[in-house]
Amino acid sequence: MTLAEFRGIKPATGEVTGQAAKPVHRQGAHPGPAEYIKIGLTLAVITAVEVAVYYIDALSDVLVPILVVLSALKFSLVVMWFMHLRFDSGLFSTFFVGGLMLVAALFVVVLATLGGALV
Amino acid sequence: MQHSSALETNTGLDNRKLLMWLFLASECLFFGSLIGAYLLYRDKSVVGPYPEDLFDIPFTSVSAFILLMSSVTMVLALAAIQRGDQHGLRIWLLTTAFMGILFVSGQAFEFTEFNRQGLSLSTNLFGTTFFVLTGFHGAHVTVGILILLSLFVMAQRGRLTQAESLHVELAGLYWHFVDVVWIVIFTLVYLIQP
Repeated sequence: MTLAEFRGIKPATGEVTGQAAKPVHRQGAHPGPAEYIKIGLTLAVITAVEVAVYYIDALSDVLVPILVVLSALKFSLVVMWFMHLRFDSGLFSTFFVGGLMLVAALFVVVLATLGGALV
Repeated sequence: MQHSSALETNTGLDNRKLLMWLFLASECLFFGSLIGAYLLYRDKSVVGPYPEDLFDIPFTSVSAFILLMSSVTMVLALAAIQRGDQHGLRIWLLTTAFMGILFVSGQAFEFTEFNRQGLSLSTNLFGTTFFVLTGFHGAHVTVGILILLSLFVMAQRGRLTQAESLHVELAGLYWHFVDVVWIVIFTLVYLIQP
């Protein structure tokens, strides 16, 4: 018996068959072209804002947090919608977020130990 | 050849997609190490040129924009094959590859320009970490372009059908990952300077 059968999941579709079985993986439908284009336009606007903010002297004191937030927003939009993490199995998210957490740990350890800084 | 929907796995997920996500997780560490090294050493150079002497933000912004928009065309290629639109698939694959080529060409121009202004891999710590980081990213984009062109040829020969959309999805995952890495590099390397 495979793990999928044990959990009551049809291997071909990921559909839950057992009464008591709980779905362990989300395999929702992907968005359509219209939604992809909306996300693309949003990404273009965020990029324009990033570059504009870079040139506004009055924002120089808060430049770093603004850019980091905007960058994180773009990153999330691409990963969630274009890479479908929002719609696909949670296992994929676990792998990717695990990698990102390891990177965060690496940054903290390396920059703290060797004296580097983000800015 | 079995299609993705016919594969039986313990997890109920396609192993190829699972493997791709594991690969991308490992790539996070690869690029994380290079970005960390850049942040650590970029302001430790004892001789110039320095980042502020060289970076051309308007030029790099356009490059970043092109790569970002190539993610849109990539995902449109996936949407096309998923609804069986072969013509759309070929158009979007080719558009994505073209935008990738534009990005890599811009990077080659930037490297040449930096080199003309005295920065090489061995000039200073900034040069070493910058070229290694952005060079490896450019190499990844180049591999992505080759994958896209291979898919285009397969589609042209009728060997990329709706049932094999997973090939495009996996290529898309790689391409989008390369894009998100550049989102981070563009902010941390170009826009946020010490």
